[in-house]
Amino acid sequence: MAVVFDRTNGLVDRPTHYCPGCTHGIIHRLVGECLEELGVLGDAIGVAPVGCSVLAYDYFNCDMHEAAHGRAPAVATGIKRTLPDKVVFTYQGDGDLASIGAAEIIHAAHRGEKFTTIFVNNAIYGMTGGQMAPTTLIGQKATTAPYGRDVEHSGMPLKVSEMLSTIDGAVFVERVSVHNPANIRKTKKAIKKAFEIQLKGLGFGIVEVLSTCPTNWGILPTDSLKWLETNMIPYFPLGNLRMPKEVE
Amino acid sequence: MSKVLMKGNEAIGEAAIRGGCKYFFGYPITPQNELPEYMAKEMPKRDGVFLQAESEVAAINMVYGSAGAGGRVMTSSSSPGIALKQEGISYIAGAELPCVIVNISRGGPGLGGIQPSQADYFQSTRGGGNGDYRLLVYAPATLQEMVDLVMDSFEVADYYRNPVMIVGDGMIGQMMEPVEFREPKKRELKEKTWVTTGTKGQRKPNIINSLALDPAKLEEHNFKLQKKYNEMEKNEVMYENTNLENAELVVAAYGTTARIVKNVIEELKEEGINVGLIRPITLWPFPTKAFDEIPDSTKALLSVEMSLGQMVDDVKIASNGRWPVHFYGRTGGMIPEPEDIKSKIKEILGGR
Ligand SMILES: Cc1ncc(C[n+]2csc(CCOP(=O)(O)OP(=O)(O)O)c2C)c(N)n1
Ligand code: SF4
Repeated sequence: MAVVFDRTNGLVDRPTHYCPGCTHGIIHRLVGECLEELGVLGDAIGVAPVGCSVLAYDYFNCDMHEAAHGRAPAVATGIKRTLPDKVVFTYQGDGDLASIGAAEIIHAAHRGEKFTTIFVNNAIYGMTGGQMAPTTLIGQKATTAPYGRDVEHSGMPLKVSEMLSTIDGAVFVERVSVHNPANIRKTKKAIKKAFEIQLKGLGFGIVEVLSTCPTNWGILPTDSLKWLETNMIPYFPLGNLRMPKEVE
Repeated sequence: MSKVLMKGNEAIGEAAIRGGCKYFFGYPITPQNELPEYMAKEMPKRDGVFLQAESEVAAINMVYGSAGAGGRVMTSSSSPGIALKQEGISYIAGAELPCVIVNISRGGPGLGGIQPSQADYFQSTRGGGNGDYRLLVYAPATLQEMVDLVMDSFEVADYYRNPVMIVGDGMIGQMMEPVEFREPKKRELKEKTWVTTGTKGQRKPNIINSLALDPAKLEEHNFKLQKKYNEMEKNEVMYENTNLENAELVVAAYGTTARIVKNVIEELKEEGINVGLIRPITLWPFPTKAFDEIPDSTKALLSVEMSLGQMVDDVKIASNGRWPVHFYGRTGGMIPEPEDIKSKIKEILGGR
């Protein structure tokens, strides 16, 4: 019988600690599949963040480096400048990348660092128990925004991809989502493209993946997928914001 | 090899390159700017990489990444910048990675000033970052000693898989002295089998990490680190004891302060007053054993610092109640005057 679905060699054979219905696991799998299919697992060095995916180093089947909260782009810069021929990526949540690590991601993009960032936006701080993130939607409740996020008080949710797409060094910027199979396939395509652009040495690439946090959103996994689609996508529109001329 | 006249900060850069430094990540701050500037000029010509980071926080994390990837890597800064680097230093020490960190220190607290100071003694010897960790800290007093220690520091860092910090005040960074570059002292180094350089499909993935959620595992890791620090305390202590014979009083001073004290000692000799000097070269591990050489003739100890009494704590621990310990210090970028040190010594010895 033909095998239509198998585990990827890009991940080690180990159960993850993610909550039921959390889409971090799907995104891990897509990254692993892309590295495997591109034949670069043996050359890959990943940088794990602080956040729910802090243990990502236990899951990817390649060398991994754990970074301090928000500093993954600086760590990745150090690795890539030391080993320019290797495939380097960071995997970061929205608290990690858009809040404490905002300077590091902007300047890595600004220098056109030749690594790839997988940016998992679930509009909340997952690991620490559901506090407000820079990406939390207007009116969305979080433990530190118990009455819902208020623009006057906390500003509008930060559109990281739009912001980074204004930076010349960020040659590939795309926002995708994993709320249904069609979009999961598009997400995989974007991640692969970002790695291909790194392999061509064209500059910095980032894939923002809209993701769920059923636990801290306080809704069922299936409802979470729906919530993502109806609430997040209108504010964080999907699509490519930047593609290098060499690739277009 | 012949001697060359060099400015302190540039001599550090040259020594680092000759010591095998291949990667340098930094961020400008006075009074250490000539060092990154020297690296920016020299590294590309000599098969190395220089990168100006967007902040000290980023610079030390670039060091963290590079060290994990097996690079011989260095960063430098001055006091407020080193304060920002403490987060990364703690992670690097926790993950057991080698690197060299230079602090050409200036007066504080806060933004402070830009004149020489030794008020970062606590910051460098007590951590500053979180957790149970230690750095090997060198405090050279001359440019020649600076150059020798910088050159050797990469081997020492690799040997222990631990950050080495070199502390010089702004005076040593800015002064000019003739220096000679010799060959670095080689150590027997284990192969870096732990580096994140890609598995090539030949081995299991390597993980550079400082996280251990299981407290029993984290305690075990800290015990392992402590063992290493104990080794350093046994094998890496460096100090200079001068003029101890028949000394009525012994001064403890390091770095450029020790140079001023040496002049004071000579002048007091002419007045018939015998004063000795203990000069710690490693601030951590602190040279407690240097105090065992203090003779019976000594009535008191005096710690002289460009701070308001930071090393004096270690001097008290080392003296262990055997002598009364006094203190004299200037701070904020003020340099102790020989005359003032002299009067302090005379005052202690009974108003002579
Ligand atoms: C310096 C520092 N500050 C704060 C924390 C606590 N902390 C851990 S994870 C986290 C939020 C992570 O949120 P996000 O990046 O959105 O990832 P998620 O957990 O949602 O996947 C915070 C604030 C920390 N570990 N280090
Ligand atoms: S807390 Fe949220 S983001 Fe974290 S694992 Fe659970 S569902 Fe996923």
